[in-house]
Amino acid sequence: MNPRMAKAIINGLLTAAAVIALLPLIWMVSVSFMTQGEASSLPAPLLPHHATWANYRELFANAGMGRYLINSLVVSTAITAISLAFNLMAGYAFAKLEFRGRERLFQGLLGALVIPAQVAMLPLFLLLKYLGLVNTYGAVIVPAMATIFGIFLVRQYARGIPDDLMEAARIDGAGEMRIFVTIVMPLLKPIMVTLAIFTFLAAWNDFMWPLIALTGQEHYTLPIALASLSREHVQDSELMMAGSVVTILPVLVLFLALQRYYLEGLLLGSVKG
Amino acid sequence: MTTTRAAWLFLTPALIVLGMFFLLPVLAALLLSLTDYDLYALADIRNLRFIGLENYWTLLHRPLFWSALGHTVYFVVVGVPLSLAASLGAAMLLNSPLARFKPFFRTALFAPVVTTVVAVAVIWRYLFNTKYGLVNAALDSIGIAPIDWLGDPHWSMPTIILFAVWKNFGYNMIIFMAGLQAIPADLYEAARIDGASALRQFQHITLPMLKPTMVMVSILTVSGYFQLFAEPYVMTEGGPLQSTTSVLYLMYEEGFKWWNLGSASAVAFLLFIIMFAVTAVMLRLSRRGDEA
Repeated sequence: MNPRMAKAIINGLLTAAAVIALLPLIWMVSVSFMTQGEASSLPAPLLPHHATWANYRELFANAGMGRYLINSLVVSTAITAISLAFNLMAGYAFAKLEFRGRERLFQGLLGALVIPAQVAMLPLFLLLKYLGLVNTYGAVIVPAMATIFGIFLVRQYARGIPDDLMEAARIDGAGEMRIFVTIVMPLLKPIMVTLAIFTFLAAWNDFMWPLIALTGQEHYTLPIALASLSREHVQDSELMMAGSVVTILPVLVLFLALQRYYLEGLLLGSVKG
Repeated sequence: MTTTRAAWLFLTPALIVLGMFFLLPVLAALLLSLTDYDLYALADIRNLRFIGLENYWTLLHRPLFWSALGHTVYFVVVGVPLSLAASLGAAMLLNSPLARFKPFFRTALFAPVVTTVVAVAVIWRYLFNTKYGLVNAALDSIGIAPIDWLGDPHWSMPTIILFAVWKNFGYNMIIFMAGLQAIPADLYEAARIDGASALRQFQHITLPMLKPTMVMVSILTVSGYFQLFAEPYVMTEGGPLQSTTSVLYLMYEEGFKWWNLGSASAVAFLLFIIMFAVTAVMLRLSRRGDEA
């Protein structure tokens, strides 16, 4: 095959794939600006006849979307901040601090990765109910405050820090906490960004556990609210598309801004330890 | 030694969270699956009885469990190879020296991965609407009669599989791209000099060199796909005629709709055992292939 042909085929296929990947998202944005019922007319229109913000207004004024957006922000931010601190400390300890049984404990944690999270969900619900946390932000935040994956990611990265740096500080009489904050943390900054964006996206998009743990509407996160709205408003495609835009846009923008870190973390996390 | 004390101090918060909110519940789930924990026990714990393996026994005799397992296996067996093929195809296109605007294409193809499952499932529900959906409109323009994608029990699972492939292929694409870049270019060079066709280069260089990546990605994708839940919850509510009721969907309904927590825990454990067995066999097979 001649190179020009090959080039045309490869770029043609890539363009087709990109259209398939993006078309549903573009269509979502377009329909979210249509007037009610417009998307269900024949032939199905691709662009709004008169673009309108009515669906967004309806969502925020009458469907409680503002509340759900705030819930999602609160829950995802809290999970990200707390789990980042806990995973960072644990990952550093596994990578750089000697103690008896370190390897065995770490291997044990990695072994636990084969257990699907759903196995824990039923007793977890009872435990949180007993603690009085069901249907509070805490029900979603507390179980996510540390993750084996996050500890693993930090450990992989922290192993690259030269021991001399810490040794020198110890000889100078610095305490372990100070060494961690002033020497280690600045060096871990790239993995902190990576882990933060991973955690935030996962928390934002999480569905099954919040669906179980948040029993009342006032604490719904966006995905739960959207699923519940879509069961009530089956016919209102324009309204539902506006809801999807509100749900997807924040994470998509975050990803676009920090995609280098996200993709690096994806590769780091998939390399065997 | 002070580093030992520091180490435990640093580990404590994470270990408490994982121990109390993950490992403890997993052990409790095992115990729970051996009881008849239900709505009555939820109201008054004295109604709780230990019933041994009865939950498992009952489940194994329930047609709904087997059909849920069947749908989940269908999703895994068809969905995983399709997803991996799409990922590898996209990775090879992006990796080609002839491809242009690579950063744009990479971001575009990856975008569905970071979107919220629930939100995009809602989009797909409208795109695949029988009457007004764009998909049927496009098919109509080339003379294919409308298909009742989500309303026909034969089409519902294929539609969910298509959705899952669209949503997930970008993730493994990135991993495959890294794997492809690690293959030394002189291998292809030598093959070209020997006159090997593109297809033979793919068979004899690309696939064997990608094998470690392929094994890892397959195992991770299989375990992920066994956990099918949000897609049927949003797109079909497990229907039509329960054709998209997955094992986790069954667990959710059993546990949080009917409050049979004992029986639901047994469902969760059976799923865990099946996933563990399948991935262990995959790992074993891939190792045997190495020795041969």
